[in-house]
Amino acid sequence: MSKHSAEQATQQTIVPPVDVMEDSGGITLVADLPGVPKEGLQLHVESDQLTIEGIARLEGPPGLQLTHQEVPALHYRRVFTLSKELDPEQVTAVFEHGVLRLRIPRVQQARPRRIQIQVG
Amino acid sequence: MYWNMNPRDVMAELERMQRDYQQPLDQNPSIRGNGRSRFPALNVGGTPESVEIYAFAPGLDPATIELLLDRGVLTLAGERASELPADERRTAVHIGERFSGRFRRVVNLPEDADPESVSASYRDGVLHVSVRRRVAATPRRISVE
Repeated sequence: MSKHSAEQATQQTIVPPVDVMEDSGGITLVADLPGVPKEGLQLHVESDQLTIEGIARLEGPPGLQLTHQEVPALHYRRVFTLSKELDPEQVTAVFEHGVLRLRIPRVQQARPRRIQIQVG
Repeated sequence: MYWNMNPRDVMAELERMQRDYQQPLDQNPSIRGNGRSRFPALNVGGTPESVEIYAFAPGLDPATIELLLDRGVLTLAGERASELPADERRTAVHIGERFSGRFRRVVNLPEDADPESVSASYRDGVLHVSVRRRVAATPRRISVE
C-alpha cells in the first residue's frame, strides 16, 4: 500500500461538496466523492440522519511520496438531517465517476379526506 | 474560487473554509498560480522512477478531458456541466457547492520527466497521470578511482 491511501485515510475526513435541490416530488442530492469505488461508498439513514461516507482508493507505484497535496485525506464524510415529510425508505442512489446522485422522495401524502363538520 | 460565491448554506461554507485552512500553506507558489481552491484539486507525488499526478475531477466524460504536455508543462482542461436547475421556480436550490464550468490546471513537471512516456487513466472520478523519469536521471554511485 502506498502512503497515499493507507495512512492518511484515518487521520481526517473531507466534507464533500454537494448540490441539494428540491421539487414537489422530493429532494435530489448530488455529491462529489472522487476516487471512491462503488464498494467504498456507505450510505446510512438512522432516524432522521443521512450519512454519506466514502473511502477513496488511488492506485500508485510502491514508495510514492506526495510533494504537493490539495486533497489532504481520502476519507469523505457528511451528515444531513432529513425532515419528516421525506421518506428515507425510498431513497435511490446512482454512483458514477465519483459523483453520487441521491433521490429522496416525499412521503406519499395521505389521500385527501372529507372532514365531517358536526353541527351542534 | 472552488465554492459558490453566493453561499446558500453558511455552515457548509464554513466547513469548507476550515478544511482549506487545514491544508499546509504553499510556501513557493508557481508563476502559473498555485490554484489551491480551483477545480480539480491536485495531488502530485513521485518515486525515483516516475512522477504521479492525481486530479480529483469527478463526473467527467473521460473523452472530453484535454490533457496536453508541452515542454515540461502538463495542462489539464475541460468542462463540467452544472446540475442545478435553470429555472428555480419549480426546483429550489438549497445547497450549490459543486464546481461547474470550464477548468484548467497546470503542473510543472521536473526536468527528468520523459514526455515520450506518459500514461493517463480516469477511474472513479480521478484522473491519474503517470510520467516516467528518464533513466539517466536515476541516481547512481560513482566509484572513485
